[in-house]
Amino acid sequence: MTAGLEVDLHVPDRVAATFGAEPGSVLAIIGPNGAGKSTLVRALAGLLAADGHARLDGQDLLQLSARDREVGLVFQGQLLFPHLSALDNVAFGPRARGVARADAEHAAHQWLARLGIGDLAGRRPRELSGGQAQRVAIARALVTDPRLLLLDEPFTGLDVKVAMALRIELGRHLAAYDGVTLLVTHHAIDALTIADRVLVLDEGRVAQIGTPEEVSQRPRTEHVARLVGLNVVRDEHTLTAFTPEAVALSLTEPTGSPRLRWRGPVADVSPHGDAVRVLVHASPDLIADVTPAAAAELGLVPGREVWLSVKQTAVRRYATDPGLPGTVAP
Amino acid sequence: MSVRVRDPLGRPPALLMLPAAVAVLLLVVPLVAMVAATDLRGLPEQLRSEPLREALWLSVLTSTVATLFCLLLGLPLAWVLARLQFRGRTLLRALVTVPLVLPPVVAGVALRTAFGRTGVLGEPLLELTGFSFPFTTWGVVLAHVFVALPFVVLAIEGAFRSADPEYDAAAATLGASRWTAFRRVTVPLALPGIAAGLVLGWARSLGEFGATITFNGNYPGVTQTMPNLIYVTRQSDQDAALALSLVMLVVSVGTLLVLHDRWLGTPGVRA
Repeated sequence: MTAGLEVDLHVPDRVAATFGAEPGSVLAIIGPNGAGKSTLVRALAGLLAADGHARLDGQDLLQLSARDREVGLVFQGQLLFPHLSALDNVAFGPRARGVARADAEHAAHQWLARLGIGDLAGRRPRELSGGQAQRVAIARALVTDPRLLLLDEPFTGLDVKVAMALRIELGRHLAAYDGVTLLVTHHAIDALTIADRVLVLDEGRVAQIGTPEEVSQRPRTEHVARLVGLNVVRDEHTLTAFTPEAVALSLTEPTGSPRLRWRGPVADVSPHGDAVRVLVHASPDLIADVTPAAAAELGLVPGREVWLSVKQTAVRRYATDPGLPGTVAP
Repeated sequence: MSVRVRDPLGRPPALLMLPAAVAVLLLVVPLVAMVAATDLRGLPEQLRSEPLREALWLSVLTSTVATLFCLLLGLPLAWVLARLQFRGRTLLRALVTVPLVLPPVVAGVALRTAFGRTGVLGEPLLELTGFSFPFTTWGVVLAHVFVALPFVVLAIEGAFRSADPEYDAAAATLGASRWTAFRRVTVPLALPGIAAGLVLGWARSLGEFGATITFNGNYPGVTQTMPNLIYVTRQSDQDAALALSLVMLVVSVGTLLVLHDRWLGTPGVRA
C-alpha cells in the first residue's frame, strides 16, 4: 500500500491528469479559468464520473460513491446549508455518518473555536461575512477527518485583507493536517505561500509540476509564467525568464543583444501597484512594468508600436525539459 | 391600483388599460354581487342547518385527508421528477399533468372505469376485500387526490428545482445518503414551496365538484360535499344556496391569505 495520493484520471474532453501527492503535503493546483481545475476536484470528490484511478492510501476513490470517499470538499462559494446554523452545518457531516448529536455538536464547537469563530455557532450563513462563512466551510470539511481535503478557490470573493488573514491561518491548520490537501486557486500567491508543491493545469493537462520555487523561477509555459508574473521566451531548447520590471520600453530600436529585443503593438495598459503594467503583442506576448511618468512620456496607448529590451544580466536561462515528471502523454 | 400621472416612460396605453379594467370587473363583480344578494340576517340560521354543517365537515375532512395523501405520494414523485435523470421523464411529467387539464366530469368517468365495481382495479379490490370506492367517503377522497395531486406534484417539483442540487452534492461529500440529503437538506430548503403546493392542492379539492359527483353521487353525510350541496340547494332554495356559497367564499379567501403568507411571508431561505 502506498501512502498518499496517486492520480491518473481522465474526464473526457475536460481533464487528463497524472500526478501524486505525499501524505501531509499541500499540492496547489493553479491554472487559467477553464483549465479544468474544478472538474478535477469534482471528479476526485465523486461528483463527476471519471475514468482511470485515484488511489488514496492504496484505495481507488473512483470505485467509491461520493459519500464513501471520506473526502473533505470546500466548495467555491462555500455552499453552506442556508437553513442550518454554523454549528449545525459543521455537525452535519458527523451526524450523517452516524455520530450521536451531542458528540457531533461537541466536535463542531471545537472546530469552530479552532478557526476563531466559536462565538458565531448559532448564526445562519446569511448572517455571516464572507470570511466567516469560509471558516465555517473549512470547519465543516475538516470535522469529518477526511483523508483528502479539496479546497476549491477558498479565497475567491473575499476582500484582500480577509483573504490574507485566512491564507495565513489555513496554512497553519494545513501544516498540522496529516492527510493530502489539494488547493485549487488561480492566485499564484496561494501556491507560493501555502503549498509544498504546485501543479499547473492548462487545457485539462498538467503543464508543470514542482516546488513553488521551481514553478515560479522556471516556468515551463507562457501561461505559467503569466500566472507567477514573469515573462518567458521559448527558444528551441532553452527558456528565458525575466521579470516585468526588468523590461525597458522605447519608441526607437534599442542597442544590445538582438536576442533580447522585441517589437510589437501595445495591447493593454493597466495600473499595477505603483507602476503601470503594459502588455505588448510581441512574439510572444510580453509584459513590462514602467513608471507612470514613463508611460505618459512614451504615450503608451493600445496600438502603439514599441520596442522592448532586457539586459543580459536580468534574465535566467534554463533548458526546456522534455521529460518533465508529471506531464501526461496525450 | 394607482397609476402615476407623470410616468417617465409616458402614459400607459388605453389599449392595455381598458381591457385590464374590464378583467378586474369581470373577476370582482360576481363575488360582490353574491355577497350583496345574500340575506345576512338569515345567515346564522342557515349556518345552523344540519345539511350545511354535515357537508362543510365532510368537505374539510375529505380535502384534508386527500391533501395528506397528496403529500405522501406527491412529494416522492416531485423529487423523482426534479432530481433523477431518466428516459421518459418528460413523458411522465406530461402524464402527471393530464388530470390538471382534464374536465373534472371526465375525471369522474375515468375513475369509475378504473375503480368502479367492475373497473380494472375496482373489481379485484372488491373480490379481495369486499370494499368498493364509489359512493363512499373514501371515494370522495380518491376523486380529490386524483384532481389535486398534479397541482401538488408540479408545485413541489418547482420548489425542489429551485433548491440548488449543489447542496445535495455538498451533503454527499459530507457522507450523507440520498435519503439523509433529502430529509435534512432538500425538504427544508423547499419547505415554503411544499407548503404552498399543499395549500393549493387543498383548495383544489375543497372546490372539487365534477369528478366527485360523477364518481360518488350525492349522498348527504357520505359523499355530499359543499359544492354538491350548493348545486342541489340552488335548484330549490336560492337564498340558502347564496348563504352556502358565501361560506365557501370565506373559506377560499382564508386559504388564499394563508397561501399569500407562505409565499411572501417566508422569503427565499437561500443565502
